[in-house]
Amino acid sequence: MSDRQNDDRETGAGASGGSSAAEVAYALDDERRVKVLSPGAMVAKRFFRNRIAVAGLAILAVMFLFSFVGGLISPYAEDELFYTQTLQKKEYAGAVKNDEMRFLGAEGQDFGSIIQAQVVLAVTTSKDVVTYREVNYHVTQEGRDFYSVSLDDGTVIGIAYKDVVSSSVEGQKLGFDFVYAALKAYTNGQTEFTVPAAGTRHEITEGGVVEADGEELAFISRYVINPIAPDVFLTRAFQEELALALESGDESFAFTDENGVESEYFIEYKPDVKNWIVRQETYTRTYDRYAAPSAEHWLGTDRNGMDMLTRLMYGGRVSLVIGFIVELISLIIGVILGGLAGYFGSWVDFLIMRIVDIFYCIPSTPIIIILGAAMDTMGVDPKIRMLYLMLILGFLGWPAMARLVRGQILGLREQEFMVATESSGLRVSRRIFRHLVPNVIPQLIVSCTMGIGSTILIEATLSFLGLGVKFPFASWGNIINDVNNTFVLQNYWFIWIPAGVCILLTVLAFNLVGDGLRDAFDPKMKR
Amino acid sequence: MHKYIIKRLLYSLIIFFFVMLIIYIVLRCLPTSYLENVARQMSQRPGSKTYQEWLAQLEAQYGMDKGYLAGYLDWLKNFFSGNFGDSWFYTVPVVEKFHDTVWLSFVMGVIVLFFEIIISIPLGILAATKQYTVTDYTVSIVALAGISLPTFFFASLLKLVFSVKLGWFDLFGLVGRDYDRLSAWGQFLDKADHLVLPIVTLVVLSIGSLMRYTRTNMLEVMNADYIRTARAKGLDEHTVIYRHAFRNTLIPLVTILGGSLPGLFSGALITETLFAIPGIGYTSYHAMVGGDIPFSMFYLAFIAILTLLGNLIADLLYAAVDPRVRLT
Repeated sequence: MSDRQNDDRETGAGASGGSSAAEVAYALDDERRVKVLSPGAMVAKRFFRNRIAVAGLAILAVMFLFSFVGGLISPYAEDELFYTQTLQKKEYAGAVKNDEMRFLGAEGQDFGSIIQAQVVLAVTTSKDVVTYREVNYHVTQEGRDFYSVSLDDGTVIGIAYKDVVSSSVEGQKLGFDFVYAALKAYTNGQTEFTVPAAGTRHEITEGGVVEADGEELAFISRYVINPIAPDVFLTRAFQEELALALESGDESFAFTDENGVESEYFIEYKPDVKNWIVRQETYTRTYDRYAAPSAEHWLGTDRNGMDMLTRLMYGGRVSLVIGFIVELISLIIGVILGGLAGYFGSWVDFLIMRIVDIFYCIPSTPIIIILGAAMDTMGVDPKIRMLYLMLILGFLGWPAMARLVRGQILGLREQEFMVATESSGLRVSRRIFRHLVPNVIPQLIVSCTMGIGSTILIEATLSFLGLGVKFPFASWGNIINDVNNTFVLQNYWFIWIPAGVCILLTVLAFNLVGDGLRDAFDPKMKR
Repeated sequence: MHKYIIKRLLYSLIIFFFVMLIIYIVLRCLPTSYLENVARQMSQRPGSKTYQEWLAQLEAQYGMDKGYLAGYLDWLKNFFSGNFGDSWFYTVPVVEKFHDTVWLSFVMGVIVLFFEIIISIPLGILAATKQYTVTDYTVSIVALAGISLPTFFFASLLKLVFSVKLGWFDLFGLVGRDYDRLSAWGQFLDKADHLVLPIVTLVVLSIGSLMRYTRTNMLEVMNADYIRTARAKGLDEHTVIYRHAFRNTLIPLVTILGGSLPGLFSGALITETLFAIPGIGYTSYHAMVGGDIPFSMFYLAFIAILTLLGNLIADLLYAAVDPRVRLT
């Protein structure tokens, strides 16, 4: 088998490996011809011969650089928000066509609501006279949808109309005589009228504007227009424009306001409430959500308008740091308890191993989910929550480590070098942690390397379920979390695929390196 | 042998006692309980008692007002007398909900195990017999990738390709929209169709470890003296591998597979949740997140028993399969 040759080279004793000039100088039996490698160097040599493991190491190096250095290089911060100008149609004004009779009583006359109701009845039944409490009221049609109500003696006590007259000048009150005269002229299509009492002359333009000597006084329209958006004052010009558009049934119109800004307005009729909604199309500053990859954002932006690539870098930091700290916690507890159990044996071993058995049996995933949900309701601060998460994961992970350490130490305990430490009178703690544990380190390194990988997976799964690392912190898991939204799954690959690939590559790399290390540490492994 | 089994069973009971004690204390300490939600809702009704009074009443009703140990012993007594209580979240008896969901998970588990075995064992053997070849590396990397693949990511990828792009399967759920109008056979097919993606997810994620396990054990056996003897006798490679090596590899394989049998009932928490398959995993996920203590306790006890049972079966099988092992 070809493996044999490798074996020889590995021990460092064979001279067949190289033929460099330096070796020629020594005699054949010269000791210096024998290259002696320290155990560590041999492990490294065996490790680097394993191409897959080296590939894993390279991926890890890239991931570390990406996460820890990338965050520094990236021009954006972890939770920096980006905005964009989008053309949005915002509700601007509402318009209602006045289909109900409105009433106005003359000064000093009694024009109560019962009479008003009688008038409506008279109009709909085309009667000229209504009698109420033995008083006759004469209803006279004076124009289109315009009626005056008068007593027997001809005194006009009020008017009923559908076209609304509103004042154009703030604070100006329109008198009854003015409204009466204006409406009478307007509904009959006249362009000018005189208020009889005051004798003032007024013109009515085509749009329904009432002017006096070229100055605008009032405005007559069938439409009642109100602003919807806050801080909006609807100018007369706009109302006229809108009324014209409504009259002609247009669906949109352009209007230049007094500041000279031209906007497009869209009119939508709502049949259920019989009114029109006018939407103004304006540029609005919004979060740049789910922006596609571009030169500024190489991987686009996420649902909050944050740069995806930067989030990935910081997420990698969180995921890797959590992996390391969790593994460190379980390593410390596991080595101490496993070391004690393995070294002392008897009842210490029994007790510790039973605790290990119990912890082994605890269903960890459900417990973590329950604790995660509990932290949700308690509203734990995201930073502290991350700490708890590490403690919980670490505390649930130590039994495997303890078992490993104990098993190894049980075998090592009886060996000669341990008898030597005992006979030279070393302290127990020194014997365990200086002489026994270092011999277990190779296995520990392998187990930790793979452990970090699986911790990252667990953390990612929890964060994906929304029970692990929380916003504003990024972690690869909670970045993918967005895929729960089916729309994101279907349309925005750049939100979740890069993070998934990062997790996959990192965990795979940890496993490859762990595998490679295991082979390299094990002298019996033939390569 | 009988003595050993009895000893192990008693021992498992003790472990079970402490495991459930820890779980009970953890669950009782949690502030997020269904009871508090109910109490909060009740107290907000007009003219109602205060939140504290409601909570006290509800806790008394559900036996939550006792001390931890007394409450735990109470729970244990109820558990062993078969009284598992009512689920708060689902408002039906725990056993009923459990019975409704566990079989679906079991069926899924069996199918997954079947595919896992027929895919990973042959591949593991192939990798071992062709150690350090391209085949071996490919198999090893694929196995490791399967282990390293996050469940949710793989499930999302499958959904994107097969549900969104190709439109072959539904994104969620066990039954389709027109399930009620289908014939019995149609309903069966509909359910099977909805189970394809979850099962593919589970199979792909699980084959890795069994493949590696097979490969490692096969390699160990291939280095044994009796394999050299078999080769020296001049047996053909096929006989050496499948008659001599593989049969010995079966010992650890049967042991580990036997040990995983109880796990068939435990359901796939994450995968079922991702695909909204109403198995035991999905059901308990929502019970746990909803602070449903009776159901969570029952589910966790169930899982603990399955784990203990799995260990016991593995140990017993080890002795049964390998005549060299004697249990004491």
